[in-house]
Amino acid sequence: MDHNLLSKIATNNGHGENSPYFDGWKAFDANPFHPQHNPDGVIQMGLAENQLSFDLIQKWIESNPSASICTPQGAFAFKETAIFQDYHGLPEFRTAVANFMNRVRGNRVKFDPDRIVMSGGATGAHETLAFCLANPGEAFLVPTPYYPAFDRDLRWRTGVELFPVVCESADNFKVTREALETAYKKAKLANVKVKGMLITNPSNPLGTFLDRDTLKDIVNFVNDKSIHLVCDEIYAGTVTNGDEFVSIAEVIEEVPKCNLDLIHLVYSLSKDMGFPGFRVGVVYSYNDNVVNIARKMSSFGLVSTQTQHLLASMLSDDKFVENFISESRIRLAHRHDMFTRGLAQVGIGSLESKAGLFFWMDLRRFLKEPTFESEMTFWRVIINEIKLNVSPGQSFHCSEPGWFRVCFANMDDETTLVALWRIKTFVRKNRNLEIKTRKQYWQNGQHLRLSSRRLDDILTPHRMSPHSPLASPMVRAQN
Amino acid sequence: MLSEKVVCNSHGQDSSYFLGWEEYEKNPYDEVKNPKGIIQMGLAENQLSFDLLESWLEKNPQPMAFRNHNNQSIFKDLALFQDYHGLPAFKNALVKFMSEVRGGSVSFDPNNLVLTAGATSANETLMFCLANPGDAFLLPTPYYPGFDRDLKWRTGAEIVPIHCSSLNGFRITKSALEDAYKQAEQQNLKVKGVLVTNPSNPLGTSLSLHELDLLVNFISSRNIHLVSDEIYSGTVFSSPSFISIMEVLKNRNLMNTEIAKRVHIVYSLSKDLGLPGFRIGVIYSTDERVVSAATKMSSFGLVSSQTQHLLSEILSDQNFTKTYLSENRRRLKERHEMLVGGLKKSGIGCLPSNSGLFCWVDMRHLLSSNTFEGEMELWKKIVYQVGLNISPGSSCHCSEPGWFRVCFANMSEETLDLAMQRVKSFVELMPKQNNQSGHQKLMNRNSRRTKSLPKWVFELSFHQREIVANER
Repeated sequence: MDHNLLSKIATNNGHGENSPYFDGWKAFDANPFHPQHNPDGVIQMGLAENQLSFDLIQKWIESNPSASICTPQGAFAFKETAIFQDYHGLPEFRTAVANFMNRVRGNRVKFDPDRIVMSGGATGAHETLAFCLANPGEAFLVPTPYYPAFDRDLRWRTGVELFPVVCESADNFKVTREALETAYKKAKLANVKVKGMLITNPSNPLGTFLDRDTLKDIVNFVNDKSIHLVCDEIYAGTVTNGDEFVSIAEVIEEVPKCNLDLIHLVYSLSKDMGFPGFRVGVVYSYNDNVVNIARKMSSFGLVSTQTQHLLASMLSDDKFVENFISESRIRLAHRHDMFTRGLAQVGIGSLESKAGLFFWMDLRRFLKEPTFESEMTFWRVIINEIKLNVSPGQSFHCSEPGWFRVCFANMDDETTLVALWRIKTFVRKNRNLEIKTRKQYWQNGQHLRLSSRRLDDILTPHRMSPHSPLASPMVRAQN
Repeated sequence: MLSEKVVCNSHGQDSSYFLGWEEYEKNPYDEVKNPKGIIQMGLAENQLSFDLLESWLEKNPQPMAFRNHNNQSIFKDLALFQDYHGLPAFKNALVKFMSEVRGGSVSFDPNNLVLTAGATSANETLMFCLANPGDAFLLPTPYYPGFDRDLKWRTGAEIVPIHCSSLNGFRITKSALEDAYKQAEQQNLKVKGVLVTNPSNPLGTSLSLHELDLLVNFISSRNIHLVSDEIYSGTVFSSPSFISIMEVLKNRNLMNTEIAKRVHIVYSLSKDLGLPGFRIGVIYSTDERVVSAATKMSSFGLVSSQTQHLLSEILSDQNFTKTYLSENRRRLKERHEMLVGGLKKSGIGCLPSNSGLFCWVDMRHLLSSNTFEGEMELWKKIVYQVGLNISPGSSCHCSEPGWFRVCFANMSEETLDLAMQRVKSFVELMPKQNNQSGHQKLMNRNSRRTKSLPKWVFELSFHQREIVANER
């Protein structure tokens, strides 16, 4: 077959899906955990989804039938919604999204609905910004560790490069001015033209968020070098104590000399609200030119007006929004706590974090050697023996081996307990591994006890895994 | 400061096609509020059959949103569903619908289908998969102005025109194909394929079997791709009936060959079903690598799971789709006749057409000069004096001045009627030239036209020839 028949982009590996990290996914797909049907299966802890607050949204939808254009109450809007393809988006949608974004930040900022540009999820937003801000061959600085799909989103079809800003555990993986300057110099030496910097705040995979001073440093840095700053705040609503989060939108008001033409935000409803299927991405730029052009590019990934209509209604319901934001935080905090306590019982630590849908777990002491090969070997143990799909730090370009991202918000309480139980069982079995306990949380001498019924489930013979490779009921429901 | 893509003009939105829109936005016609405003006839939308969809919704109500037919809540599963392979129920329903649109002559495999955010995204994605920056695709002129953005802007691909002429009804000829290929070579552009829109936008005609055969032969001998954008396939309202490229491959026993692997179809529900807001686009290819790469790229523009679910319900209802397709066609035909008839009364002819949501209107005789400046001058008069936003042929890269695309399916009958009246008044007031009344001049041209039908007409069946002769 003539390989020149297709483009280079179609035939290279820029999509990143041939990486070994997909082995974890494959293991999960082949043998997905189900509390009743497949209790020995692999538990998915590699998926940063927020499944804790659907009931709130469902309740709202059921009380507001006119928000859907399919119900008798809402169908009157069907035609005008279906026809509307203006890439500015429904005005009420933009206003509602801006409103939501404001409230996630405690109304400490006021986003301008006219600067909100739609995109095909945050995935589309990142690619669009890369197209707008950099030419092929030019680079963005990105602090490590970072979300693996940035390699695809920012580089694949754009030809843009990513250049790492190495962050270390000694600094708790904080982005330091030093690290920035080092990276910038290194890029220059390598003849790489740096056009901008990308930060995810709160961070994926760290689950931490940047303090005001660090953000100011970053803003000063980009202004000094006259490069762009793209701030992905997709996890803003997962900060357990909302008041503590500082958005870039707040910081730029405190840096009077900031050239606003350099500042851009990416947002999405996929994490804060748990809607990844609805593909609601936002490009928000303080640069008029970028807003203009990104809007034209949004033609390639507009949000379905059916979805715009639904969300315009939902997100302009202030009462609902306020309640959702605060309740979601409480539930995330609770789940986060459950895990932290459970892990501490066996002396597993993770980076202290107050945001995100995951832990950045410190498993360095389980590695035979402090190498990435050992990390991969141990990762395979986690998947195949402990039966948890977690993500190894190297997939996030972490500079030090031994760290793993473990997601906690994409499962119910029951599964959480099973996951914890498996981890603890593994650690206790492997006492030959040196255990350096840091803090031990023993609340009233209590430790986790599983009901005997659950123990029975786990000990019953392995049942057939579902036929479908994907566990989603939407896939099983084939016509 | 910003990328070259930002500062260049490849998004094409400075062209007259979009400027007419801007004028319309400033002064839009409204029956009650602004009866002297500009009537939008530059928008290829299908607004004729919403009542059918609305009545489907009435008969298939969801008592609450996000419930399936067993009244179970599917909200959570839909909200989480972001698998770029798409909802199986939706893809299954889509391929059945696509087959139905083609009269059941071909069938499609859902595994070869990629879902994208509209045909806009489908076309761009295919370019990313098939062409490197600097490679070229050949497109017959006139073509949809949006292709300049969709195919070239971010991909870096080039478009080289296949010039089609009014002398043979803008049909694609072998020599035009070869000329275009040579032209590309002279510009040092590597030709990766041909892209056609079938039925054509802006012509409103579907490709003849002869043209389709030519295309298959051409791509076969040059070892290049063929992209067939069949977004208007459901709007074919009169004969000749639609022939899909798939059908041609099938009839020539080329299915499952290397040639078939280089044929890719683009589709969408924006025109046939009139749902542009829902951003439902499709790429269909039998080349696994294209499907694989395009599927991954669709991450940048997936179809909302909510929308996939709604459409899977609608399209699975085959009673509905059957009725919809035939009733929609009937209404389009009626509306088409209204436009053609109305323009005829003003001495204006259209390219005989059997599909689409628009007519390709011949206003060459109204030009002050047979130039594109003359065309622009006439266009401005039509926008500002007559109050109609129509699309000048130059915006569609037509090689001859004087042709305009005029849409007929995005307004009420009354509005279309008014538009025809405005045209009539305009034409009647046009300055008389060459010592002949404008009317006389038109009469002469009309009779000349009926006397010498172009050659291609004789490739049609007797019945079809009749239609052509009458429509002139």
